[in-house]
Amino acid sequence: MVAYFDHQRLHRLLILPALFDEANKMRHQTLAVMRHLDHRQIDSFLPDLPGCNESLVPLEEQSLSLWIDAAKAAAQSFQATHVLAIRGGALLTPPGLPGWRYAPVSGKSILRQLIRSRTISSTEAGRREKSASLFEQGRKEGIELAGFSLGPSMIAELEESEIPLSPRWRDIEQASLNGPPLWLRAEPDFAADQAERLADIIAQGLKV
Amino acid sequence: MTERSMSSDPQTGSVVETSATDTDATLRAILRDVLALDAAKVASFDADTGLFGYLPELDSMAVAGLLTEMEDRLDIIIDDDEVDGEMLETYGALLAFSEAKRGQ
Repeated sequence: MVAYFDHQRLHRLLILPALFDEANKMRHQTLAVMRHLDHRQIDSFLPDLPGCNESLVPLEEQSLSLWIDAAKAAAQSFQATHVLAIRGGALLTPPGLPGWRYAPVSGKSILRQLIRSRTISSTEAGRREKSASLFEQGRKEGIELAGFSLGPSMIAELEESEIPLSPRWRDIEQASLNGPPLWLRAEPDFAADQAERLADIIAQGLKV
Repeated sequence: MTERSMSSDPQTGSVVETSATDTDATLRAILRDVLALDAAKVASFDADTGLFGYLPELDSMAVAGLLTEMEDRLDIIIDDDEVDGEMLETYGALLAFSEAKRGQ
């Protein structure tokens, strides 16, 4: 499934969402940004990544490289002119597409946090799990982290994955939105002023 | 715990704050971001204010985010083996842990 604002306008933005738990935390905010982009005459498309939301394929069969292919295919089919990658979405950005990355994060750091949430919940349940052995289990047979079933290729690729470098992408740091990072929130939240500011930065970049 | 301890630098004569004060302020700022509370509410946290296990919205994923943010903003590394229920139970315990880490 794809959430979109499509009026066949000049600028067409592919939105690559935050990953895993952060995808849930940032969904409302991401859609709010798209609405503000629409008001600024910019089309945008937010596809479900394979294995996520309404997608019918199993998540445990996915990997970052498959998601990169899916992002490329989406960019083509929506005839995207630019990309906006949010947090871990930055790991999937098609190399040929110029655009923005909002608070990009490495796969390594995403995985570390997921593993950490699992050791914390095990400790709470009175079991002691070592993060080193969870990494090992993940690499060998896959592992469930924070409710997400991740296969061995996903684990291996996240572990290796750094934020890609390219002069085609401009990074938008959280500080430039004048508000707290919403992916940190314990409950999904939304900040209208931040969504508007993010859309403004993109509209200014596109000179619309 | 929340008192600011200040001393005068003998060489420059300027007043310097101890790092404990910064740690307390930074930790409160992080909790404000995680729990979506206003500054006044977080300022009222004392050493006995219950965190993990007392605040239902503070689940293991939110705590994982909190610890990662502490690493970034306090410039410390937290080993997962150092994370236990006691350290996360109250604001006082979390602050004591952070201060000890920064002092290392």
